[in-house]
Amino acid sequence: MSATSVATDGRIEWDRPARGRVGMFGLIAAEAGIFTIFVVAYLFYVGKSLTGPMPKDVLSVPVFFTICLLSSSLTIHLAAKALRRGTVRSFGILWFATISLGAAFLYGTAREWHRLIFDEGLTISTNLFGTTYYSLVGLHGFHVVVGLLALFVAMVFTFLGGVRAEHAERIDVLSLYWHFVDTVWIVVFTVVYVIGR
Amino acid sequence: MRNRSPNVWLARCTLLLGILCLSTVTLAQATPSLSPTNIFAPASTPAQSIFGLSLFVLAVTGAIFLVVFTLLLYSVVKFRKKRNDDGREPPQVYGSNQVELAWTVIPVLIVVALFMATARVIASVQKIARPDNAIEVIAIGHQFWWEYRYPALGVVTANELHVPVSDNHTPIPTFITLLSADTDHSFWVPRLAGKTDLIPNHPNSMWIDPHETGVYLGQCAQYCGTQHAKMLLRIYVQSWDEFERWAQQQSQPSNVAGGISAGQRIFETTACINCHTVSGTIAHGHFGPDLTHLMSRDTIAAGAATNTPEHLRQWIRNPDAIKPGSLMPAMQLSDQELDALTAYMETLR
Amino acid sequence: MSTESITWPRTAGESRSFVDHLHEWVVTVDHKRLGVLYVLYALVFLLIAGIEAIVIRIQLIRPHNDFVSPQVFNRMFTMHGTTMIFFVIMPVLFGFVNYLIPLMIGARDMAFPRLNAFSFWMTAFGGLLLYFSLIGANGLYGAGNAPDVGWFAYAPLTSRTFSVGHSTDFWTLSLLVSGFGSIGTAINIVATVLCMRCPGMTLAKMPLFAWLNLVMAGLVILCVSPLTAAQIMLLVDRYLGGHFFDTQAGGSAVIWMHFFWVFGHPEVYVLVLPAFAFASEIIPVFSRKPIFGYPVMVGATVAIGFISMSVWAHHMFTVGMSSAANNFFVISTMAIAVPTGIKIFNWLATMWGGKIEFKTPMLFCIAFLFQFLIAGLTGIMQGAAPFDWHLGNSYFVVAHFHYVIVGGILFCLFGAFYYWFPKMTGKMYSETLGKLHFWLFIVGFHLTFDFMHIPGLLGMPRRIYTYEPGRGWDTWNFIVTIGAFFQAAGILVFLGNLLWSYFRGKAAGSDPWDAWTLEWSTNSPPPAYNFASIPIVKSRRPLWDLKHPDDPDWKYE
Repeated sequence: MSATSVATDGRIEWDRPARGRVGMFGLIAAEAGIFTIFVVAYLFYVGKSLTGPMPKDVLSVPVFFTICLLSSSLTIHLAAKALRRGTVRSFGILWFATISLGAAFLYGTAREWHRLIFDEGLTISTNLFGTTYYSLVGLHGFHVVVGLLALFVAMVFTFLGGVRAEHAERIDVLSLYWHFVDTVWIVVFTVVYVIGR
Repeated sequence: MRNRSPNVWLARCTLLLGILCLSTVTLAQATPSLSPTNIFAPASTPAQSIFGLSLFVLAVTGAIFLVVFTLLLYSVVKFRKKRNDDGREPPQVYGSNQVELAWTVIPVLIVVALFMATARVIASVQKIARPDNAIEVIAIGHQFWWEYRYPALGVVTANELHVPVSDNHTPIPTFITLLSADTDHSFWVPRLAGKTDLIPNHPNSMWIDPHETGVYLGQCAQYCGTQHAKMLLRIYVQSWDEFERWAQQQSQPSNVAGGISAGQRIFETTACINCHTVSGTIAHGHFGPDLTHLMSRDTIAAGAATNTPEHLRQWIRNPDAIKPGSLMPAMQLSDQELDALTAYMETLR
Repeated sequence: MSTESITWPRTAGESRSFVDHLHEWVVTVDHKRLGVLYVLYALVFLLIAGIEAIVIRIQLIRPHNDFVSPQVFNRMFTMHGTTMIFFVIMPVLFGFVNYLIPLMIGARDMAFPRLNAFSFWMTAFGGLLLYFSLIGANGLYGAGNAPDVGWFAYAPLTSRTFSVGHSTDFWTLSLLVSGFGSIGTAINIVATVLCMRCPGMTLAKMPLFAWLNLVMAGLVILCVSPLTAAQIMLLVDRYLGGHFFDTQAGGSAVIWMHFFWVFGHPEVYVLVLPAFAFASEIIPVFSRKPIFGYPVMVGATVAIGFISMSVWAHHMFTVGMSSAANNFFVISTMAIAVPTGIKIFNWLATMWGGKIEFKTPMLFCIAFLFQFLIAGLTGIMQGAAPFDWHLGNSYFVVAHFHYVIVGGILFCLFGAFYYWFPKMTGKMYSETLGKLHFWLFIVGFHLTFDFMHIPGLLGMPRRIYTYEPGRGWDTWNFIVTIGAFFQAAGILVFLGNLLWSYFRGKAAGSDPWDAWTLEWSTNSPPPAYNFASIPIVKSRRPLWDLKHPDDPDWKYE
């Protein structure tokens, strides 16, 4: 963790972790708690639906959009590195790429849901599978939306020329959240499309 | 000696008084006459096993209490700031590894002992195999009454459970499967067994083998809505002969001679048959209790009132007067209709 | 140390109106002001929830009483429990923690002051939302009325079928909203303790108060989130036709219990750890000795934090789990008694060989030790699962948890009020009124909660609006109710003391107790910036080092 040093008249070297990072890890821990419960509910109810479409009948694995989302972790990582180096232009391009990849993922989810609801007749109230699927994937999607909003705000500031190398730490903290969202997707993907099917 | 100040004597007397009170209360509880639902007056094997465990646990926790309380009392008395204090700070002691070790190891050993005693009783109550001669009952919890079905005997009744007595020579336990028609309930008759919950979509099972005849009381022990408080339990433990006779009688349909009375006509044309069953008639409702042998019960409305003609009439007229929030509606019947209906109910023996 | 003031730039002679004062308090991000807001908010709800308790006790004073209808009674116990836990105890503890942690670790404020304010207002709004449920016509049953599903709101009683109207939704939403506030505060506490300690204050040198609340905050982060998840699921069931807890669609009522108690059990440790923190600061000062076994106390606290997340299903022994599951939860429940017992012994050892002064804070802490011991032992009794098949869901449980929360936590809290009142207000409280409060309250407490165990042992279940005569419960319930009035009297004396002393108390000075942690080194009340210069510490008791330069702690730690 990066630290803030306080030079108190030179007598004591005093290193403590940075507040932003600790705070973000705290937030991530809390969110992980929420997701864990939804994942537990999903796994508990696998195979227990009394009626209606079953996962293997209607789910199609979203490989392309998963690649989009996971690549956005790479682009955001590169963006943060670029900003730390001071190359704000590269940072801006990579940041924009991250947002686009995230938006693509959301589009993919929306398309999938449209198909499931209107073609397959699976809604949140259809059966246990429907309830747990839409809740879990929806909760994740909601976190993607929030993340994209935050990234978008940073994008606007970048366009206005307000983002410079000294803001690298804050961008790092924000990208922690984005990495968390991607990690959650890995878990959700495994639970829904691999185990649950 | 200056150390034996009045405070110490006062403290010791209070302690003695406390112990005396505690013992009196504890001893007084041993008798079932103190309460018909006393958990320390077991009358069936599961309750007996729990009772044995509880004595062990109470002894251990009681001993721990005495030791720690004495230490606390002693330190509060001995180490209080004296009047003639010299104003200096006492020796600053930061800790002691040996002492910490001691009061870690001893509690761990106590925990192990308690756990082993507990595991034994869990096994003896939960892992019991059902013998062939056991009476089988299915209990279904409703808001706010109990439904009982004896599949092997063809009996369906409500609120008052009858079981045969089970002694050491001829053990006849009763195994009860617990289901729920709506929300969570809990079956608790303290003198016979610990409580077990009735949860929808989650069948549970319990067993009792009452050693003495009599009526055992209890009530629902999981909050289930407005009238959770008046979902009472009555278990009638009878000799084998009496139980057989009861079961025989309960399995008969109602056989009211002499055609359909005015009361029965009201019963069958008002909404009663939507909820209640009277076997041998067209009434086959399942939402409310089976009324075929209503007059064989001592109480109505799951124990909310005794089964007298006045209470019955009151109940039919306006259930909320006896059990506000009960799910039986008042049907706005006239006095004449009420009289006829009550008379009909009185024939359902 | 830091008692020199810095001139605050303000135009001389400018008087501020009441509205200006109010505005300052509403927009504040100062941890001390937010702390006071939390505490005042909690005191208001303490009165409201206390009245709810009095109503419950009057209804139960004799069998077949008709003081209130069953519908009102069921709302009373639901609101009493929910209010006390979420809008009295949690806020008042967060208030003290917010106020004291920065002062104790030599910081100027919490790590995230604006998040601090946001968290307070979320909690405050949540409480108002819960009580907003009372407003509404008495029309459709349950519509526009207080929730009546019990504070743990078991499914399927909370489904649309059995809870018509919106009362359950108010319960769900108010806890969801205040849960976000709690998580915000917890993140703040963790970041503050880890990142804002003054130079020289390593984790091994910070007050136990900071350690205990660090673990508490970690527990909040990990355990309030399951409740948030469960609340969202309940809303999905109630509004989107979901089936999480819909037993008709194959759903499980038991899974709500698991999710709730995964929150619910660590929650009680969230409540008790700050109380332990108070005791760990007060007992040493009034025994004139350092806390015995600091490293072991830290270890025991961390152990309690971990183990507390593995015991939850001891609230579900009667649900019909397998014997393997029952055994697991028996052993984890009994295991947690070990570190908890270690703490009790360490507090005792702190008093041992000391020079105990029986001022009001210490009286409350000694009573806490006695009562928490008993509460822990009745907990062990219930941890023996078959014994719990009787004790669970009976008045024995109600007696046990009130013994912990009132006899343990509230007593420590009273101690904390009296101990830190001089620091927060600059005035000394009345020792006479404090002792009167203590004796009134302890008599009432024991009358109520000692005797409450007995109906439980005689078969009385909880949450019943009335009971049958002839079960042997009558006398005990009567005594229990009488005790409630003594406690009410004690609380009134307490509030009177706070008010009177605030306006008429003697000046307290910065260190009335001759204590040793950093908050006593600054003015009473502390200035907005806390310390004129950030302190540098060398031991766990920096003020002891200053007062005893020949015999400082850092030589012996």
